[in-house]
Amino acid sequence: MKTSDSDAIIKVENLYKLYGSNKAAARKMLSRGASKEEIAKATGVTVAVNDISFSVKRGEIYVLIGLSGSGKSTVVRCLNMLNRPTSGKVFFDGNELETLGKKELLKFRRENISMVFQSFGLMSHRDVISNVAYGLEVRGVKKEERERRAMEMIAMVGLEGWERSSIASLSGGMRQRVGLARALANDPDVLLMDEPFSALDPLVRRDMQFELLTIQKKLNKTIVFITHDINEAFKLGNTVSIMKDGRIIQTATPEEMAANPADAYVEEFINSADKSQIYFVKHIMQTPDCLIHSRDGVANALQQMKRNSLSSAYVVDDDMDFVGILPLDQAMRVKAHEITFPEAIVRDLPTTTPETQIADLFTIAANAKYPIAVVDENNRFCGIVSKAAVIGSLT
Amino acid sequence: MPDWLLNFPDTISLNIQDPINNAIDYVLIHWEAFFDGFSAFLRALLNAVGAVINIIPWWLLIALVFVLTLKMTKKPARAVFYAALLFFIGTIGLWSMMYQTLTIIITSVLISLLLGFPLGILISFSKKSYAVVRPVLDTMQTMPSFVYLIPAVMFFGLGNNPAVIATTIYAIPPIVRLTCHGIQQVDAEVVEAAKAFGSTKIQTLVKVQIPQAMPTIMTGVNQTIMMAIAMVVTCSMIGARGLGAEVISGINRLDSGRGFAAGIAIVIIAIVIDRLTQGIFKKDGDAQ
Repeated sequence: MKTSDSDAIIKVENLYKLYGSNKAAARKMLSRGASKEEIAKATGVTVAVNDISFSVKRGEIYVLIGLSGSGKSTVVRCLNMLNRPTSGKVFFDGNELETLGKKELLKFRRENISMVFQSFGLMSHRDVISNVAYGLEVRGVKKEERERRAMEMIAMVGLEGWERSSIASLSGGMRQRVGLARALANDPDVLLMDEPFSALDPLVRRDMQFELLTIQKKLNKTIVFITHDINEAFKLGNTVSIMKDGRIIQTATPEEMAANPADAYVEEFINSADKSQIYFVKHIMQTPDCLIHSRDGVANALQQMKRNSLSSAYVVDDDMDFVGILPLDQAMRVKAHEITFPEAIVRDLPTTTPETQIADLFTIAANAKYPIAVVDENNRFCGIVSKAAVIGSLT
Repeated sequence: MPDWLLNFPDTISLNIQDPINNAIDYVLIHWEAFFDGFSAFLRALLNAVGAVINIIPWWLLIALVFVLTLKMTKKPARAVFYAALLFFIGTIGLWSMMYQTLTIIITSVLISLLLGFPLGILISFSKKSYAVVRPVLDTMQTMPSFVYLIPAVMFFGLGNNPAVIATTIYAIPPIVRLTCHGIQQVDAEVVEAAKAFGSTKIQTLVKVQIPQAMPTIMTGVNQTIMMAIAMVVTCSMIGARGLGAEVISGINRLDSGRGFAAGIAIVIIAIVIDRLTQGIFKKDGDAQ
C-alpha cells in the first residue's frame, strides 16, 4: 500500500458531503443502500457526495467529469476545505486536512493549493496585476516582489501589456487567463480547476486547453480538473473519473475508458462526445478572398483570381444572393469565347447555413471539390467553410 | 348581533402609555449621569464640527463646490450653476444659518456612519443579528419622528443636542441596510476565491468584500445624508438653530416669504450635496 501511494499527492477516502439538518437519519438510509431521491424525500437531506475515494498522482492531470448536480464541484471544494466533508478523509502529502488548525489551513491554501473558477472569481475593483498578485499579497509578500512574480505569470499566460487594465475591459478568455495566472502566481503544488473553460466560447476554449497543457508541461503542476465535457476530459486528463449522483462510476485513463466503459451510462457519455461538442458552421466560417458579381466581366474575375492565387471565384448577384462558383479553367474558356459567362458558372453546389452543426457537414465536406458556400435562409451569401476547417474542428 | 362583535370590546384593554412614561422617567432619574456625559460629548462634537466649518470662508466653499463639480462632471456650466446656487443663499442673507444647519447635518451623518457602517457589516455576517436589527431599523424608519422628539428633549434638553439624536435615529437605517446588502451581494465566487487563496476573514472583508460593495455602500451614504437634510425643519421644533428655525418662525409669524427663503436654501443644500456625493460614486463605478 505504501509503495503504490508514495507518489499520490492527494488521497481521498470515503468522502461524504450531505446538506441538511437530519444527517444522521440520512446516513442510516445511505448504509441501507437507499437512493439519493429516496433520502431527499424522507429526510430532506441532499447527498452531494456519496462515498468517494480516489487519489491523484503528483504531476498528473486528474479529471472529474459529470453532469451538473453530480457532485463534482463539491468534491473539488473539499480538497481545499472550502467545503468541510461530512465524513471521510482528505490527505494532502500524507497529512489529513481535517486535522489542520486555522493557521495551518491558511498556510496550506497560500502555499500548496490554488483554484481557478468557472466564472473566473476575479475582483473587479482591482486591475490585472493586483488580481494576479492577490495570493502573494495575503501571504504578506512585499509589493515589488509580488509584482515581479505576477508579471512573470502574466507573461506566461500571454497577457503582457494588459497588466494595468481593468478586468471589465478583458474578454472572457483573457479573464480566465488572469484567473490561471493568479492561481499559478502562488507556485502551488496543486491547481484545482472548477469548469474553468465552460464559460468560454468553443474556439477560445480550445486555445485555453492547449495553453493549459503547454503550461502544465512547463511547470509540471498537479491539476485536478472539473468538466462536463467528455472531449475536454479526454484531451486533458491522464486519469479520468466519471461521476453520477455523487458517486464515481469509473476511474481510468481515457484509453481504457473508451475501450472498456464500466456501464451503459459511461458508454453513453463517451458516445455523446461528438454531439456534445456543438460547433456551428458560423464559428469556422471565413470570408472568401475572391468574390465577384454576376454582372462583372470575366476579366475582373481572372484578375482577382490571379491576385489571390486562387483557382476559383465565388459569384453573387446584386442582392448578394449566392449564384455559384466560377472555376479558373471555365473562366479561361469564356475568355477564349468558347462559352458565355453565365454558362461557365458551376451551379447546384451544396450549400450550408451558419446555424448548421459542423458534424452534420462532415460528409458533404469530405466530397466537396470547393470550399462550401454558407448562405442564410434568404439565400444571402455569408461566407465559406473550407474542408480543412471542418475536419480540423472535429478533432 | 351582540355589541362586542360590532365594536371592539372595551373590556379588553391594555395600557402601554403609563409603562412607557414610567420607563422614561426611570431612565431619566437613574441614568442622569450617562445622559449628562453623552450630552457633553455631543456638544463637544458639534462644537468641533462647527469650528471646522466656520473656518471655511464663504468664497472658499463656493470655490470648492465649483472645483469639485467640475472635476466630477467635467461640465463647466453645471459647476457654475451649483456655485451660483450657493452664492444665492448668501445673497438672501442665510449664509450663517446655512452653516449652523450644516453643522447639525454633518455631525449627525458622522455619527450615523460611524455606528451604521460597522453595524451593517456585522449583520451581513450573522443571520441572527440581522433578524434582530431589521425590525428595529424598520421601526426607526416608519415611526413618526415627532414621537421621539419628546423623549429626546427630556433626555438631552432643547437645542442642537436632541436634534442630532433625532436626526441620527432617522438617518442611520440606509447606511446600515445598504452596507449589509452590498456585502451580501458580492459575487459568492469572488469571496470563495479570496478564501481559496488563504485570506483571513479580515483580509477577505477589507480587500474584497468592502471594495466590491463600495458602490452600494456609497448609495447608503448618499441616502443617509439626504435623510439627515430631511430632518432639518422637524428638529427646529426642539430648538435646533439654522435654516429650519427660520422656516418655523416664518410659519409662526405668518411670514411666507421668510419661510420660503429658508425652504429654498434647504433645497439648494440638498441638491448640491446630492449631486456631489452621487458624482463620487459614479466615478467609483466607472473605475470598475
